[in-house]
Amino acid sequence: MVNRVVVGAHYGLRDWLIQRVTAVVMAFYSVALMGYLLLQPSLNYDVWTALFSGLLVRTFTLLFLLSVFYHAWIGVRDIVMDYVKPPGVRLVIHVLVILALVLYTIWSVQILWGM
Amino acid sequence: MKFKVYRYNPDADTAPYMQDYDLDIEAGNMMLLDALLLIKEQDDSLSLRKSCREGVCGSDAMNINGRNGLACITPLSSLKQPVELRPLPGLPVIRDLIVDMTQFFKQYHSIKPYLINNDPPPETERLQSPEQREHLNGLYECILCGCCTTACPSFWWNPDKFVGPAGLLQAYRFIADTRDQATAERLDDLEDPYRLFRCHTIMNCVDVCPKELNPTEAIGHIKDMMVKRTV
Repeated sequence: MVNRVVVGAHYGLRDWLIQRVTAVVMAFYSVALMGYLLLQPSLNYDVWTALFSGLLVRTFTLLFLLSVFYHAWIGVRDIVMDYVKPPGVRLVIHVLVILALVLYTIWSVQILWGM
Repeated sequence: MKFKVYRYNPDADTAPYMQDYDLDIEAGNMMLLDALLLIKEQDDSLSLRKSCREGVCGSDAMNINGRNGLACITPLSSLKQPVELRPLPGLPVIRDLIVDMTQFFKQYHSIKPYLINNDPPPETERLQSPEQREHLNGLYECILCGCCTTACPSFWWNPDKFVGPAGLLQAYRFIADTRDQATAERLDDLEDPYRLFRCHTIMNCVDVCPKELNPTEAIGHIKDMMVKRTV
C-alpha cells in the first residue's frame, strides 16, 4: 500500500516566475551600485549620504530589498518543505519566516527614509 | 580486466558489499554487458537485468564508475579499471544490480503517458504534418531506462512528489503532440510546487541519458507554455 501524496497547490509557476524576476532586479541593482561605488575616487560618509539622499536611489534600494525578501521567502520555504515534514511545525516556521521578512521590510523603510 | 561489483542479497546479507572479479579478457570491441555475462558464468549468484543487449529496452541501466548508463552500449575500452558497478542510485535494491523501479513507473504513469483525444477515431489515422511530427523528435525516443531520473538529486529527495526528468520528458511528449487534446489539464497537473518545479536545472539527466535526449530542455518548454498561458 503506497500512501497517496496530495500535491495540488497551484503556486508552482507563480513562485518560479517571481524568483526569476526578483533575481533580475537584484542583479541589475547590485551591478549598478557596485559600478557607482567603484567609480568614486574616494568613498566616505559624504559620498554615501549624498547617494542615498536621492529619492530615486531610495526607491530602487527598497525595490531591491523587497526583491531580496521575496526571493528569500521562496527559497527558504522550499528548504523547509524539503527538510521539515510535520505540517504543524512547517506552518509555524513559515509564519516565523514571513513575520521576520515583513519586519525586515518595515526596518528597511525606516533606514532609508528615517535619516 | 578488474571489476568491483555491488552485491546485496537482502535474504542472506546484513549489509551490501563490493565484490572483486577478474576477467582474463581484452577490452577490444566488447561492451560492458558482455563482461558482466562472463562474470555471471564464473559466479551465477550475480543478479542483473538485461534483455535486448543493444540499447533499446533499457533493462540493464546501472551505475558504471559513478555514472548512470546502459551496460550493453558502454564499450569496455572506455572504462577505467577497476570498473565499479553499482545499482541505479536512489531506488530500493532488490538484489545486486537490480532495483525496484515501482516509484519511477508510478511517476511515469502519473503524467498519463497516452494520447488523450475525444474525437471519434478517423477511418485510418490521426494525421500530422511533417512539421507537427518534427516536435516529437527528441521526446519519443525515451526508453524509460531510468538513468536520468535516478541521477537527479531532486528525485532522490522527493521521489513521491517530483515526477523526475524521464516522466517530465514524456509529459512534454504528449503536451507537444498536436493530436492530444488534454494540454491544459496536463499543464494544470504539473503546476504545483513539486511535480515540475522541483527541477533546479542541475542537468544530470542530460549528462547521463544514453539516448542523448534532453529532459531539461523539455522541462523548459513546459515552463514556457505555462508562462505563455498565464500572462
